[in-house]
Amino acid sequence: MRWIWIDKFVEFESGRRAVAVKNLTLAEEHLHDHFPGYPVMPASLMIEGMAQTAGILVGEARDFSEKVILAKVKLARFEGVARPGEQLRFETVIESITPEGATTSGKILCDGRPLGQVDIMFSHIDQNMSGLNFPQENFVFTDEFRNLLTTYQVRRREGV
Amino acid sequence: MPMSREEIFENVRDTLVDALAVEPDEVTEGATLTGDLGAESIDFLDIVFRLEKSFDIKIPRGELFPDDLLNNPDYVSNGKFTPTGLSQIKKAMPHADFSGFESDPDVNKMPDLFTVKTLVNYIEAKLAA
Repeated sequence: MRWIWIDKFVEFESGRRAVAVKNLTLAEEHLHDHFPGYPVMPASLMIEGMAQTAGILVGEARDFSEKVILAKVKLARFEGVARPGEQLRFETVIESITPEGATTSGKILCDGRPLGQVDIMFSHIDQNMSGLNFPQENFVFTDEFRNLLTTYQVRRREGV
Repeated sequence: MPMSREEIFENVRDTLVDALAVEPDEVTEGATLTGDLGAESIDFLDIVFRLEKSFDIKIPRGELFPDDLLNNPDYVSNGKFTPTGLSQIKKAMPHADFSGFESDPDVNKMPDLFTVKTLVNYIEAKLAA
């Protein structure tokens, strides 16, 4: 299983706002355990989807020069469930961004209906860990994540 | 009209209730952020972000929570602030109360300088500037 919880970006305004979607399918193993006979998307994985949407938005704002780490889930509230066959939509905006980190605010919709809100704080980890050294390479933004954005940009250029 | 100290305190209290998931009555002026209210290092960044939004101010890095003094050997020796270090940190944090700290300036006690009152003093001075 790959740890990617969004399928594609559908909107991306650098440094400001991003929207990503994810289609839910019964081919996803975890839905058979959560729960047997009643498959619904775990809230924790929807938080991860929002973290990936917002994390890439925050990372791109500094041209992926910072290692952007989820530091705190400030708020996570859900008011329904998402089922196979439905589409999740992660809408997020940057509330503030500084050399040390960023905060984002986000809404999740499921097939167009409001499903939840997830607000996150990210740390630019190299700026906040005095005395600790991390690897030089940016281990946060692997090619798998960068490709999501590249795909969006290529499709935009092609007018798809 | 400028905010009264009471209004600033109430705003700071609400900020800490949200940031640290504590009860409003735990947030007294004398409460320390780490010892009494359970703040961890990453919470300090969260608190700065929230205070900036709540009071519509900019808090430059290191102004509220100085973080660059501890690595300077002129300022810290054998786990304690030197007289030079102590004078530097007092200059860097005019909003903090050093009365209990000066007699034993152990770096491990530095978190005790960060009280709710320290935040209120800082915001009050910032808004008056």
